[in-house]
Amino acid sequence: MSPAARRGDGPRVALFATCFNDTMWPGTPKATVRLLERLGCRVEFPLQQTCCGQMLTNTGYAAEAVPLVRRFVDVFGDYDHVVAPSGSCVGSVREQHPMIAKDDAALSSRVAEVAPRVLELSEFLVDVLGVTDVGAYFPHRVTYHPTCHSLRMIRVADRPLQLLRAVRGIDLVELAGAEECCGFGGTFAVKNADVSIAMGSDKARNVLDTGAEVLVAGDNSCLAHIGGVLGRQRSGVRTLHLAEILASTEEHPA
Amino acid sequence: MSPDPAHDRAVDGGAGHAAYPPVQVTSPTFVGMPKFPKAARAELANAQQRRNLRHATHTIRDKRAHVVAEVDDWEALRVKGADAKDEALTHLADYLERLEESLTANGAVVHWARDAAEANRIVVDIVRAKEVDEVVKVKSMVTQEIELNEALEAAGVSAWETDLAELIVQLGHDRPSHILVPAIHRNRKEIRDIFVREMGAVGRPAPEDLTDDPARLAEAARLHLREKFMRAKVGISGANFAVADTGTLVVVESEGNGRMCLTLPETLISVVGIEKVLPTWDDLSAMLQLLPRSSTGERMNPYTTMWTGVHEGDGPQEVHVVLLDNGRSHVLADRVGRQALRCIRCSACLNVCPVYERTGGHAYGSVYPGPIGAVLNPQLRGTASDIDRSLPYASSLCGACFDACPVRINIPELLVELRGKVVEESGPTAESAAMKAAAWVLSDPRRLATAQKAATIAGRLTGGRTIRSVPGLGAWTNARDLPSPPTETFRQWWVREHGNEDA
Repeated sequence: MSPAARRGDGPRVALFATCFNDTMWPGTPKATVRLLERLGCRVEFPLQQTCCGQMLTNTGYAAEAVPLVRRFVDVFGDYDHVVAPSGSCVGSVREQHPMIAKDDAALSSRVAEVAPRVLELSEFLVDVLGVTDVGAYFPHRVTYHPTCHSLRMIRVADRPLQLLRAVRGIDLVELAGAEECCGFGGTFAVKNADVSIAMGSDKARNVLDTGAEVLVAGDNSCLAHIGGVLGRQRSGVRTLHLAEILASTEEHPA
Repeated sequence: MSPDPAHDRAVDGGAGHAAYPPVQVTSPTFVGMPKFPKAARAELANAQQRRNLRHATHTIRDKRAHVVAEVDDWEALRVKGADAKDEALTHLADYLERLEESLTANGAVVHWARDAAEANRIVVDIVRAKEVDEVVKVKSMVTQEIELNEALEAAGVSAWETDLAELIVQLGHDRPSHILVPAIHRNRKEIRDIFVREMGAVGRPAPEDLTDDPARLAEAARLHLREKFMRAKVGISGANFAVADTGTLVVVESEGNGRMCLTLPETLISVVGIEKVLPTWDDLSAMLQLLPRSSTGERMNPYTTMWTGVHEGDGPQEVHVVLLDNGRSHVLADRVGRQALRCIRCSACLNVCPVYERTGGHAYGSVYPGPIGAVLNPQLRGTASDIDRSLPYASSLCGACFDACPVRINIPELLVELRGKVVEESGPTAESAAMKAAAWVLSDPRRLATAQKAATIAGRLTGGRTIRSVPGLGAWTNARDLPSPPTETFRQWWVREHGNEDA
């Protein structure tokens, strides 16, 4: 446990990094740890965690996801607060784990206990810690894409925007058609690549129209898709996870 | 799929009533449709259609949002609507028998049809007995589903579509691409051209100086259709609702053509899917608030026609009702899937769907396109064909459809459920092998850490440079850069910083 965490007098929090962030975007869970510790939380990372199983479930392999659901409740069952920097993975835990576990009564009841305690980062900050100003500094023009699962599955509503508005130095501009899907959709991005790209192109155009340097969202998978399109166009727009902007300070800029 | 084999036949007809040859046979059916991604690719390239669809879906989407926001408690209304449908579906056999009794008591003749062929045979027999060679039709999804027009034409009967958008589709030798607005993929310039080119072959020609002014187009359609309304002895409709208690059928529409077809002919035949039944008259109150706001974005639709059997001296004197199953009882048997039978065909889910907005309806290979089509078709028709197997995947699972649905059909949940069925029925594939391997890796942190090492090695090789192409990942990298893997995973960082001790 880090010295900072030992000093924290806030709640004990288990970080669910998510397998995608762990493997591809470690900067996001690192920023989450930095941010939560700055706010006084005692952050733990249970090393036995792996994945919520969303990719399997959404592609039609729910049976293969059962062991992952079992592992999830075993690993996180003892925590009052589980926080993940991903609306989509939190959505999978809260909305899909009950469905996957439905044929196993024991697992079902474990899921019913654990799943509601799993929160997306902005939910935890606003609802549990009760903060919107997290002391961040980020002097750039930013536009926010509210990812579908954050918006319509777990309903984070405007919590991320409340947090972003309180960031010092930020020039937060509204994204046209913000609530429309970017076209990532997990395996949809490759199974229906043409439609996915058509959707991503429209999203990228709306991002460019804002004149923002940075596109922020609460899911790195959506950002990889939109950022992939923006990068191919050599648009010069950066994508950043919400956690990284909220963790950003003058001393440690994102 | 044949392009339009009978197009030539349709235009070489003679003059005068009923010498007009059938036209609907020119509408190609959906048999042999390719899978969705392939069909979608072709549709995406149609620039005119992309613009038409974007404009139309966004216009209806905004109108709907506006009138839904006006309702004090829309959510409570949605629940009420869903509950009424669920009550009917849970005791479907009872309510259907009740409906039959009420209809029969009021002088209607009730027929039962297991499938499309049976329904078509019943309708064709009634029409033949009337010795007519044409019928007028109210816009109806179920008769499109069973391809009734084609069956009538095979029997030498012309079936005239009288809804403006259906008329455009029929005259254009085209297929419907939307539930509510079948010609949504056409703009007014295209409609003007279709009218000028086609109307004369099947009835009163369009005025020579016809422009693409909407009022002029509507006038041309009105004049063309009026002679068919005045002449027709048999009308054919579907029904939006069928009230079991009273035996009342309801058709909700905007143009008044439905009212003409439902009142002028001597004989009326209504084909009604068995899921259309509502227990009581009172249940209509929620439905008639939910449907217009969700479909056309209006507080109330202009025409609501209700009829209960036969009334002497008023309206059709012979009323037939064909109650159709055609796969519905199969859907009903599925615990999760049956919620799709709550659908009232409003098309709100199509109008908010980012996939539909870009591909249009034809790519879905059914008269039921969009999100509801993606869950309904594989259930009604099974998953034997390429298109039906691919439909559950024709969605990014963004959830906009569920939010818009007036009867709370959880379409994303259903899509995921149906994907499971497709996987189950497909047996071992390259995908299933890969998914099973992924599940094996992800079910153990040590295996995951080993797999992650491969990613970090790739990360060291790419050195944070932008990845623009990877062999085998073309579906992603053809149009998108790939994020460069990191040189250290989060897990490795945590262990380096905090030690290997588990929390």
